[in-house]
Amino acid sequence: MRSIATHPHPVGWRGLDLLQLVLSALAVAAMTVSMWAALYYAPPASNLAGDEQLAQRIFYIHMGCNIGALAGFLMSVVGSIVYLVKRDLDWDRVSQAAIEVGLVCGMGTILTGMFWAKPTWNTYWTWDPRLTTSAITVLVYLAYLLFRNGIDNRHTRARFASIYALVAFLSVPLTFYSARIFRSIHPVVYGAENVDAQGGFSVGPTMTQALHINLIGFCILFSALLVLRWRQLRNEDAVAELREEIA
Amino acid sequence: MRKKTLSAEPPPLHSAQIDLAAHPIAMRLNGGVFAYLGKVAAVLLKDVRAELRGREIFSTMTAFSVLAVLIFGMAFDLRVPRAEMIAPGVLWVVVLFTGVLGLNRSFGAEVDRGTLPSLLLAPVDRSAIYFGKMLANLLFTLATALVILAVMFFVFDLNLFQPYNLAAMLLGVIGYVGVGTLFAALTANSRARETLLPILLLPVMVPVFVSGVALTASVLDGKAWEDLSQWFGILTAFDAIFIVVAYLLFDLVWEDG
Repeated sequence: MRSIATHPHPVGWRGLDLLQLVLSALAVAAMTVSMWAALYYAPPASNLAGDEQLAQRIFYIHMGCNIGALAGFLMSVVGSIVYLVKRDLDWDRVSQAAIEVGLVCGMGTILTGMFWAKPTWNTYWTWDPRLTTSAITVLVYLAYLLFRNGIDNRHTRARFASIYALVAFLSVPLTFYSARIFRSIHPVVYGAENVDAQGGFSVGPTMTQALHINLIGFCILFSALLVLRWRQLRNEDAVAELREEIA
Repeated sequence: MRKKTLSAEPPPLHSAQIDLAAHPIAMRLNGGVFAYLGKVAAVLLKDVRAELRGREIFSTMTAFSVLAVLIFGMAFDLRVPRAEMIAPGVLWVVVLFTGVLGLNRSFGAEVDRGTLPSLLLAPVDRSAIYFGKMLANLLFTLATALVILAVMFFVFDLNLFQPYNLAAMLLGVIGYVGVGTLFAALTANSRARETLLPILLLPVMVPVFVSGVALTASVLDGKAWEDLSQWFGILTAFDAIFIVVAYLLFDLVWEDG
């Protein structure tokens, strides 16, 4: 089996440190711009009024969190497949870091969605397919983290977690389709129109710009957090290996 | 002549057998489909025989399921006017929760008795072990499901022994034990396996649960095939996808087992 510590630890600046510093600074800037775009730059939705109009601004952050969660879960699939093929623990760490960051984004999506749903749908929660799927997906990946904790051997943990991540990811589309056959009230902003949707609105050019700024902003934030967590996990493993050498 | 009858020595190895030991891949495919099915049946029969002698899994599952149906019956009795309203949910919740008990014992019993290494040393492809274990779990869970249906017949006064409902239960349970056997193998060696398996398994089972509840409800409402067909489609797709995936991934579980 490959060694856990994949590189020696020299003192001083290395490429990854620099990348991380740049990414973190970019993320701070991007989030500032994103919040400005969502809260000031974007015009209020013209067909809504009062609380509903105010709450509509959650849309930009809601979609941003959503893209972070999507990126995280897709990234975990890539990490799991590459780990199972190459057996390089770095890819298992990619998988774990992506799922942890994706989970935070996923919970952000659900929370912002709930605060938006209260003024718009007059309830925090319904069993709409998207809501159902997002809740189940978050539970699946929470189970992934719990499962990892239960396995002591580092390589077994990586292998079992990768297998679980693959199987779990495959169930998400089926969960969505099975939930969709029930009636849905979630607005579909892009793509097909949902006749039963409530709280929908059409997107003008300035709103599209604000949305794109937020999507890019959250992608940068996601990458910064991913690299940060990935390096942290790497150091954790290196410390664990050093401890084993001493003992 | 006399020496021949008393001899306990194994017959000398043929050259073909020696080749097989050196080439595990040839061993897998050797003998064709029927030899493979024979190996699957051997694992299945081993589990059934162990169950007939030990009476460990089926009795526990049955006792739990009867208890669960009675508890649901009591819990909903005062507030629910018609049993049809809750029966589909009760049926599938009890099937899913009861199934976890059997799945936990499927590999858990092997680990506890120390027989898992011997099972893995058997000269068969690992996927034969998967399918054998899966069929054994399928048998135990379906038998329990029949008991659940019978108890519900008396407690809720509902006849769920209807062809479409039985077909839905068959497809649902196939998908359930298909994924469940893989996850049971994953959790068998981890700490706290009894608690971990349901947490891993139940969120993945949502499509089966939703389709199953919808199918049973439609059957109770007396709907036609057109309303049921898409749910049967989802269940069939689930079964096909996950049994193929489990078949592909099962080998990876045992690398250092």
